[in-house]
Amino acid sequence: MPIQTEPMTVNIGPQHPSTHGVFRLRVTFDGENILEVEPIFGYLHRGTEKLAEERNYVQIVTLTDRLDYVSSMINNQAYCLAVEDLLDLEVPQRAKYLRTLTAELQRVASHLMGIGFFLQDLGTLGTPLMYAFRSRERILDLFEMLCGARITVSYMRPGGVFFDAPDDFWPALDQFLKDFETEYKEIEQLILENEIVMVRTRGVSVLPLDLAINASVSGPVLRASGLDWDWRKMDPYDAYDRMEFDVPIATGGDNYDRFWVRIQEIHQSIRMVKQCIQQIEPGPIRADVPLILRPKPGAEAYGRVEASKGELAFYLVSDGGISPYRCKVRSPSLINLTVTEHLLVGWKLADMIVTLGSLDINMGEVDR
Amino acid sequence: MAVQQLTGEDLADKVAAGVPDAVEGMADGVLRVKAPKIADVAGFMKSDAGLDFNFLNSISAVDYISHFEVVYHLTSLTKQHTAIVKTRLDGREDLSLPSVYHLWRGADFQEREIWDLMGISFSGHPNMKRIMLWEGFEGHPLRKDYL
Repeated sequence: MPIQTEPMTVNIGPQHPSTHGVFRLRVTFDGENILEVEPIFGYLHRGTEKLAEERNYVQIVTLTDRLDYVSSMINNQAYCLAVEDLLDLEVPQRAKYLRTLTAELQRVASHLMGIGFFLQDLGTLGTPLMYAFRSRERILDLFEMLCGARITVSYMRPGGVFFDAPDDFWPALDQFLKDFETEYKEIEQLILENEIVMVRTRGVSVLPLDLAINASVSGPVLRASGLDWDWRKMDPYDAYDRMEFDVPIATGGDNYDRFWVRIQEIHQSIRMVKQCIQQIEPGPIRADVPLILRPKPGAEAYGRVEASKGELAFYLVSDGGISPYRCKVRSPSLINLTVTEHLLVGWKLADMIVTLGSLDINMGEVDR
Repeated sequence: MAVQQLTGEDLADKVAAGVPDAVEGMADGVLRVKAPKIADVAGFMKSDAGLDFNFLNSISAVDYISHFEVVYHLTSLTKQHTAIVKTRLDGREDLSLPSVYHLWRGADFQEREIWDLMGISFSGHPNMKRIMLWEGFEGHPLRKDYL
């Protein structure tokens, strides 16, 4: 006679360390197997969109830092592009390159964290995460040289960037790129062909391409399901039209592919950083803009970038005042979570946290 | 190879032919449609071979005090073009729009968020409840009269 089991409902989170923030999953298990999943969030909801309606256009840059707080530079960039679209501002060349450079460094930092925590979730306690953080620290140090902050950078401004890079930034960046080559090779050697990683992640939680598109999934998660779609290529902003890079694509749509796409994207980002260093020329770093920005009444803009998590966009509506009438954030982390149920049902408890790690969500951005 | 934005003018004729009595107007690259017809228009834009809008970027709601506007940003990943569709809801009480959940699963959390923060419900959505705030919370904080 088979063993009788009965379903049990468990709350994972909101304080669970492997949910990467205050995220809760209400899961019904039959033994180890997942029967039902409901993602519950909002614990970090700070009303960013409402707060933005009370601040002027430049002040809102500081709010964007706190959305996806591991890729603040890219959030700044998306917001500034939206404001520039609203005001028809032309950004100086040097500022465009500085933005592209910092955004790509930030993508490396964000993906390193995604990879490190993904492996941590798999059970490799410590080592790969520390390897990833070792390099991420160096990037944060570079940001500190640029603007004095490491996480909440607020480096970009509508019309350009706030500071030009100090003289000792460039040698420090060169040194980082040199060291990173060997550091990253170490990480790759440690994990990329690791048998345990392969066995645990290949073929697990497959996301078919048609569902990925239908559920508005974007970023590395979409590309791991096999679609060649990157907004940096499809609708180039800042200096991306002058960058040469490839878009890594995988076709399996499983946990391993999502992880692999991030690993490959780091190579492309480093390639772009090097091109920025070669192409950047002296010049002004910010357009001549007034202290208080006032777009025309009725103007609206949809500023969109390829962030480290996916398509990040700011939809701004102006009523002619000093703050936006409406500031909506299209958050990739939130929308990528749409597929959680599909990815988890039918798999086991031990795969659940790994799959969540492979989506690489950030609660600051999910809840806003 | 860059993505092109379809203007309202390009779209309006096609949509008017596909879904009669739905188009209200077009201006500044935006297609405006009647609120009860929004799901029909979305369904047409998704299934029409020439338009093929298979990707829903975002749904946003804006409170203009006298009325609400709901804005759909759409992309066709195959034809590489984008479009903006807007619809208008008058009044402030008992607002409802047809859901596009059954066309794009990506509308799931976004429609719930609009219900939660703006107080516009979506008929046909299978799980229309609050998402950021807890059940029992009073009011819809992103409305202009919520202080």
